[in-house]
Amino acid sequence: MSTFSAPAMELTPKPSYAADGAQLLEVSMGPQHPSTHGVFRMDVALDGETVVKLKPIFGYLHRNHEKLGEDQSYIASMPYTDRLDYFCSMTNNWAYALAVEKLAGIVVPERAEYLRVITAELTRLQNHTSLVGFLMQDMGASGTPLMYAFREREKILDLFESLSGARMMCNYMRFGGCRVDLPKGWQQQAQSVVDAYPKFLDEFEALLTSNEILMARTQGVGALSSELAIAAGITGPMLRASGVNYDLRKVDAYGIYDRFQFRVPLGDHGDVYDRCMVRLLEMRESLEILKQALRDLPEGPIQDPKTKVRNFKPKPGEAYGRIEAPKGELGFYLISDGSANPYRFRVRPPSLINLTILEDLCLGRNIADVVIILGSVDIVMGEVDR
Amino acid sequence: MMDEALKQELRKQGIVATTLQELYNWGRRNSLWPLNFGLACCAIEMIATTMARYDLARFGAEVFRPSPRQADLMIVAGTITKKMAPQVVRLYNQMPEPKYVIAMGACAISGGPFKQGYNVLKGIDRYIPVDIYIPGCPPRPEALIDGFMALQRKIEGQTITGEGRPDFMKDEPSCDFVVPEFAAHDLLPTSNQGVWEAPQLVNITTAEKPGTVKA
Repeated sequence: MSTFSAPAMELTPKPSYAADGAQLLEVSMGPQHPSTHGVFRMDVALDGETVVKLKPIFGYLHRNHEKLGEDQSYIASMPYTDRLDYFCSMTNNWAYALAVEKLAGIVVPERAEYLRVITAELTRLQNHTSLVGFLMQDMGASGTPLMYAFREREKILDLFESLSGARMMCNYMRFGGCRVDLPKGWQQQAQSVVDAYPKFLDEFEALLTSNEILMARTQGVGALSSELAIAAGITGPMLRASGVNYDLRKVDAYGIYDRFQFRVPLGDHGDVYDRCMVRLLEMRESLEILKQALRDLPEGPIQDPKTKVRNFKPKPGEAYGRIEAPKGELGFYLISDGSANPYRFRVRPPSLINLTILEDLCLGRNIADVVIILGSVDIVMGEVDR
Repeated sequence: MMDEALKQELRKQGIVATTLQELYNWGRRNSLWPLNFGLACCAIEMIATTMARYDLARFGAEVFRPSPRQADLMIVAGTITKKMAPQVVRLYNQMPEPKYVIAMGACAISGGPFKQGYNVLKGIDRYIPVDIYIPGCPPRPEALIDGFMALQRKIEGQTITGEGRPDFMKDEPSCDFVVPEFAAHDLLPTSNQGVWEAPQLVNITTAEKPGTVKA
């Protein structure tokens, strides 16, 4: 007999009732739903239009990243990190490289550090741009904002493609540096993208931020208090929208982030509007970092020559590397037993932990608000389910 | 078939001559409505294909329908896990005929980079018939458009009468598309015998090479 059996799906579940005796309507949103940002399911109980219970159901995209990471060499996991949060392959690469560099005590050359900052900030730009576009799509602004967002995203993807050979799955970083140096003319191309970006942001903000429908739909919706955000371990723009000044680029100052002048935008109310605005403002700060990094980019090697590419075996020990990914704190926890494969390969995904408070945000709201609250959390199922 | 020269001659006179089959296939291939259905990374490239730069609307396929009841084409864009596979087959069963399937990306074709994992289905063609396979991880938008045009050519070549007509036009369908169940160790059934045959594994070190003569 089997040792494990999945519970049979209840096709006719028992009806549940509200306090006043009215029967609740149970809706299963997902896994195939246009607004769930992938294969995510929510079992929602509704009293009329109001959400009284929300149960998230995960695991539709569980691709065994952690198990695969333990079964293969350190460097072989690098392309898999691209596919965790498939919008932000560069930052995933960086977080993993950082963990391994801590584990093995590798020093990264200065030019490589600058390249990492440049690619990571470009990633943040395109992630936030697409997120705002998708949020508008969820709100019913079908097509246009997302088209504008993807138009700008393609410019950044072109940069990634000419640098790494791939649009989305860049697989660019290596332990102790980066894989390839900049191609000829890349820096000027990046500079022109950075210079043209504020114009797009102005246009985007003019269209959106003072839009009456947008304000009515988002202000006061899904408000997250700073106490709950801290208690639940929320990170990233979502935490900062609740007014908590916590940005790993400032707190850890990993890499060379202490060399750049930039501000950390904070929200006030923690609602969907603030989360959207914090991201729009963060993009402007990213552009500031990019300007400084492109200006100061030094010449030199891009790879630590002492790091072995083949037969890479770090000493036994453990390390946790974390960075401020566009969605929050992305961490990799590695245990080495001295062999070529990690003994334990653990990912701390920001999307999953930011999603844990979904029910708290949605209770008492309308079913239509659930969609935009989920959109404002900014999840990618590849990272949530791993 | 009609004489091509006569057809051209008639067209000059303002008379359009066609066959029902041509008209039918022309209509089907130029208004394919895909199912708004993304599974993983490839879905982002699928969205990028519909956006202004690549503009899938040029091929009559910009209307992504969230409901399978209104869709003709299922683009399986991403990794299918064992938890998701039953839902994918169920969605396919809910689509009305005629319907087509594009397996987009390495994961939908074979499990891709996650093939060794314990929770990943090794190709959606084990359960539903796939018309077009697009390799890549993820395929570029151009690749999706190319696959889409290949599907259009395939539809153009289909007959609506005779032996070669598509399955849904026959009285007896060749098989049911059973929805697999999430069982103790694997999905049950592990594949649909009507659409997929397990490849014969041959040990190439011991097998006889074709054309060799035994001493």
